[in-house]
Amino acid sequence: MAVIKVHGIPLSTAAARVIACLNEKGLEFDLIPVDMGSGEHKKEPFLSLSPFGQVPAFEDGDLKLFESRAITKYIAQEYGDKGTPLLASGKEMAIVSVWMEVEAHQYDPVAMKLAWELALKPHFGMQVDDAVVAENEEKLGKVLDIYEARLSVSKYLGGDVFTLADLHHLPTLSYLMNTQAKKLFEPRPKVSAWVADIFSRPAWRKFLELRDQK
Amino acid sequence: MAEETLAGQVLKLHGLPMSSCTTRVMICLHEKGVEFELVPVDLFTGQHKQPPFLDKNPFGQIPVLEDGDLTIFESRAITQYISEKYKDQGTDLVHPGSLEQCTMVKVWSEVESHQFNPVISPIIYQFFVEPLQGKSPDQAIVDENLEKLRMVLDVYEERLGKTKYLAGDFFSLADLHHMPFLFYFMKTPWSSVVDERAKVKAWWEDISSRDAFKKVAEGMKFGEN
Repeated sequence: MAVIKVHGIPLSTAAARVIACLNEKGLEFDLIPVDMGSGEHKKEPFLSLSPFGQVPAFEDGDLKLFESRAITKYIAQEYGDKGTPLLASGKEMAIVSVWMEVEAHQYDPVAMKLAWELALKPHFGMQVDDAVVAENEEKLGKVLDIYEARLSVSKYLGGDVFTLADLHHLPTLSYLMNTQAKKLFEPRPKVSAWVADIFSRPAWRKFLELRDQK
Repeated sequence: MAEETLAGQVLKLHGLPMSSCTTRVMICLHEKGVEFELVPVDLFTGQHKQPPFLDKNPFGQIPVLEDGDLTIFESRAITQYISEKYKDQGTDLVHPGSLEQCTMVKVWSEVESHQFNPVISPIIYQFFVEPLQGKSPDQAIVDENLEKLRMVLDVYEERLGKTKYLAGDFFSLADLHHMPFLFYFMKTPWSSVVDERAKVKAWWEDISSRDAFKKVAEGMKFGEN
């Protein structure tokens, strides 16, 4: 039984974020499924691990955490000398931090709404809201224009190397690129190349194999 | 010893004294005892949506911090940078010496970003910003978000029953990040959402009594004369 436990399911973008990070570090972990269909995540004992009732919850020995981006930062720091270095230091870390916040506050709210409408609602047999899709495709286009400019001067979002600033995008990007939203990426060559690059990482491919098994 | 700024210059913070995101950074600067110059940005003429401001923050938002040749944006990246760079002076806001403590600061900072901020900011926007554009607050938006805010603060109430502050028994960035929107929220007709939760109320009274916050709150006159 591994010391590290992730409570969640691969369908969850937040759980995927954490698993991708563990894979980048080459860390073993147990994925403990949470039956979201029956509301397991909204009851005890799950709530003791994640009080807002969201997956994933995470355990590393006695340390119990929630919020995927706090978990990835913890993993990147605690296992800094293993696998891919996912952070930086000094001035470079300040820039990585900026683009982690961009993912969280500029990109994710829009990308998640689109992923929900275009990828997840159909999966659950729910009706897509075209107005929400149109509004958020327009917003995402504007965000991607800024990413295009950034990626014209920097190989990855946080700087010259792959970091958490890029990794945090993978789960939503993966959903969006399998929907009509992929049309937003095609006219933006730097963004497209960046997406293709980060999708090709072995750690991400390992996650996709896991997701596609389930 | 206090670290010198790059190129020996004082930090420049581009923003406004009543802006919630600018004040988030200013509270942090005061907690750390770091000198800075506040450079006003004229939002009314759209200064933030054009060069040269857009060269500093392509998302066209305040604040932006300049430290010599380093330019950064996103208030929570700025506070993190300041807390790390000046870790040896002022209030310890991130507890780098303890893995467990600094990780809990990260967890509850993410809670502020992803659970608290998305539900409180539409309420603040409806109450303070819409009237500036001659519109009435949309009560449906307010009500929807008040309901969500109650649920979030119920979790805070339970948490603050176990620890004095959000990340532990110490004030940290996790608490600090809440302060600007909470300050404005307490001026709305719905402040009872906080007052009805004894631990949350006590926590707010404690953190809002800090000197660093009081200095910044003097400039937070949104829509008042």
